[in-house]
Amino acid sequence: MSELAGSYDVLVAGGGNAALCAAITAREAGASVLLVEHAPRDFRGGNSRHTRNFRVMHAAPTATLTGAYAEDEYWDDLRRVTAGETDEALARLTIRKSGAALAWMESRGVRFQPSLTGTLSLSRTNAFFLGGGKALLNAYYRTAERLGVVVAYDAEVQDVRLRDVTVESVLIESGGRTMRPRIKTVVVAAGGFQANIDWLRQYWGAAADNFLIRGTPYAKGRVLRNLLDQDVMPIGDPTQCHAVAIDARAPKFDGGIVTRLDVIPFSIVVNREARRFYDEGEDLWPKRYAIWGRLIAQQPGQIAYAITDTKALNLFMPSMYPAITGATIDEIAGKLALDRAALDETVRAYNAAVRQGPFNDKILDGCRTDGLTPPKSHWAQRIDTPPYVAYPLRPGITFTYLGVKVDDQARVVMRNGGRVKNLFAAGEIMAGNILGRGYLAGFGMTIGTVFGCIAGREAATYALR
Amino acid sequence: MRYGDAVDEARRDMEICNACRYCEGYCAVFPAMELRREFSNADLSYLANLCHDCRGCFYACQYAPPHEFNINLPQAFARLRVETYREYAWPGPLAALFRRNGVVVSLVVAFALAGVLLLTADFQAPSAVYERHTGVGAFYAVIPLDVMIAVGLATFGYSVVALAMGYARFWRDTAAGLKRRVDLGTWRRALGAAATLRNLSGGGFGCNDRNESFSGMRRRLHHAMFYGFIACFAATCVATVYHHVLGWVAPYPLFSVPVVLGTVGGIGLLVGTVGLLILKIVRDPVPGARELLGADVALLLLLAAVAATGLLLLALRASAAMGVLLAVHLGFVLALFLILPYGKFVHGIYRLGALVHYAAETAPARGGERTIE
Repeated sequence: MSELAGSYDVLVAGGGNAALCAAITAREAGASVLLVEHAPRDFRGGNSRHTRNFRVMHAAPTATLTGAYAEDEYWDDLRRVTAGETDEALARLTIRKSGAALAWMESRGVRFQPSLTGTLSLSRTNAFFLGGGKALLNAYYRTAERLGVVVAYDAEVQDVRLRDVTVESVLIESGGRTMRPRIKTVVVAAGGFQANIDWLRQYWGAAADNFLIRGTPYAKGRVLRNLLDQDVMPIGDPTQCHAVAIDARAPKFDGGIVTRLDVIPFSIVVNREARRFYDEGEDLWPKRYAIWGRLIAQQPGQIAYAITDTKALNLFMPSMYPAITGATIDEIAGKLALDRAALDETVRAYNAAVRQGPFNDKILDGCRTDGLTPPKSHWAQRIDTPPYVAYPLRPGITFTYLGVKVDDQARVVMRNGGRVKNLFAAGEIMAGNILGRGYLAGFGMTIGTVFGCIAGREAATYALR
Repeated sequence: MRYGDAVDEARRDMEICNACRYCEGYCAVFPAMELRREFSNADLSYLANLCHDCRGCFYACQYAPPHEFNINLPQAFARLRVETYREYAWPGPLAALFRRNGVVVSLVVAFALAGVLLLTADFQAPSAVYERHTGVGAFYAVIPLDVMIAVGLATFGYSVVALAMGYARFWRDTAAGLKRRVDLGTWRRALGAAATLRNLSGGGFGCNDRNESFSGMRRRLHHAMFYGFIACFAATCVATVYHHVLGWVAPYPLFSVPVVLGTVGGIGLLVGTVGLLILKIVRDPVPGARELLGADVALLLLLAAVAATGLLLLALRASAAMGVLLAVHLGFVLALFLILPYGKFVHGIYRLGALVHYAAETAPARGGERTIE
């Protein structure tokens, strides 16, 4: 704990990708750096632990990327998913710097691999970390420690105290004791608030109690709340979060990638009343999977069940939980504790409405329902081949969009437009500036890396000026 | 259930890993896993023996303990491997030798040493062991050549047969469902992977030999041991040709082919085994399996003893210590021959089988199916 009482040029709040990029950059620039991670060592790294890749602009194929991905195409992709809720200047800055970031990462120990399977065909746009996000974090922590960054685990930044446009002090709690190290500048890279159920309840009411949090339980949003309470400018819709449908048997926190289910386009999805509520075959799954968390959050009890039959079993990536199976729909209803007559009626009505065409899971095929509300527009096949198969689904929250506003130097902006001289932000806590809504695979890591490096550089420059 | 807890745990791990796939760049286990959705006992035996214990997946795993999913694949596979060694042992009743294998190897060594020393004293005049012998046929003044050949051939021959039976049992079990043909190309790729230990490259960046950091040390040490062993074996073969074809009788000069091969091989064997023993002591025990430690250490120590006594014999062959050293060296060699099919050595046999299986099921298909290499 004695390290928390020391004196540092730069304090980094957080221990994920953005925090490490900031800490390494600041240390390489000659600043002394203290990195304060809320989690214990075994769970260090925030949600970066669950990531796998990084979206990168490039002009020509590389060892791990195919084709080319130019700035304008990248920008178009971002503009489309955010529906304009982005800051073009910051977004283009991120995109332009992503290309050079790849070499920076490699020289700090991050290893990449060619993408193989199960990755939504991202081999052109995204570079994959060999071993995934935890391997990336291990490499960064090793590099940071070798450079002399002081790392404190099990330590939470509780208060970044502002006075006018300057951080005056930082309060850290660890092991029941509180400390205020002497610091010159601060980088906040402490994530969003998706693991703070009380906070989510403000927008979602009691439904939030039934949300499962896919990532770290340490993303409580304490630093974010603390700054917003001191008139830092918020950005991003506070009520919004990225939510997908995951297996309802997943743990409350930290289930990560293995709890996701890609069965929905090949099933019907019913709620607690055994009624369908949305078109399961509306569009290709990569374009639709991110709406299903919200759809299920709006259902009674925030629970739903995907029901299909044995024909569908090999059409989607395996998940860690076994399918619930039954010889009859009645048996499935019994196992799911659904109203037997209602489920029977729903399946009968669906089967009767199916207009079977040639089935093709790779395209928007012609298998659809006729005269059913809601319809199933593609991949509709009769549920008639036992054993029948079911999976329980709940909303799985990936991240929240609310953050603090920053400028192109990662400097935190106040409500009155002023800039805090010695406070910088990187990663999820400011990602809402660029990704105000929607989702682009691997872009969170790109924002974290680019802004982590900017924040580290600017913080060191200010501290050593 | 054929194996019980070990196979259940390996299956649970594979089902979680197959839903994640972040580790697919590390080694052959993951691409092989991705070809399956369900994991039979035979599949798990194949995958466990395909695992080279590089531990890259353990340190990269977001679900490693203390996470509640508690994924420790190197440990699960190591535990399952011990069970497969028993499962495929020939003849079946001798599978019991894999229980407390460290003790078993120690006893075999003790009896082999005592046996060779006693028989040496019995065959010759007891004083022959302690006298200085030089010149042509010096070794055979201590132990007659035909006895050496008879005992060596009988024990090594038996071991080769037992290992081949083990391979056949492994293959019958794990490759029953293999739909691809095994041809010369399959064997070429499998032997290439075995000879280079390609799966200990960690996707090109090294393995987690000791802890979270990466190194190529274990791979290099294994190469030193393996090629040292091969060189020693080659020395014996060349010496046999010298003796029986050319009529040149040992001891051979320092710069003769058998002595150079034996010396270089012995040094490689000694460096490799001692290095691997040190790695076993200093490495992080969490991704390991204590069940395998006895067998691991026993075989490494035995190989080190064979190498060390062989080198010592070479150094002191002109002195009066030669007789005792020769008996001791041959005692260790005899113990090694006897224990080959009932100790850690079998890992190489089943791993080769798994690599052949992998090479077959991932072979570039004429019809343009997916390939992994």
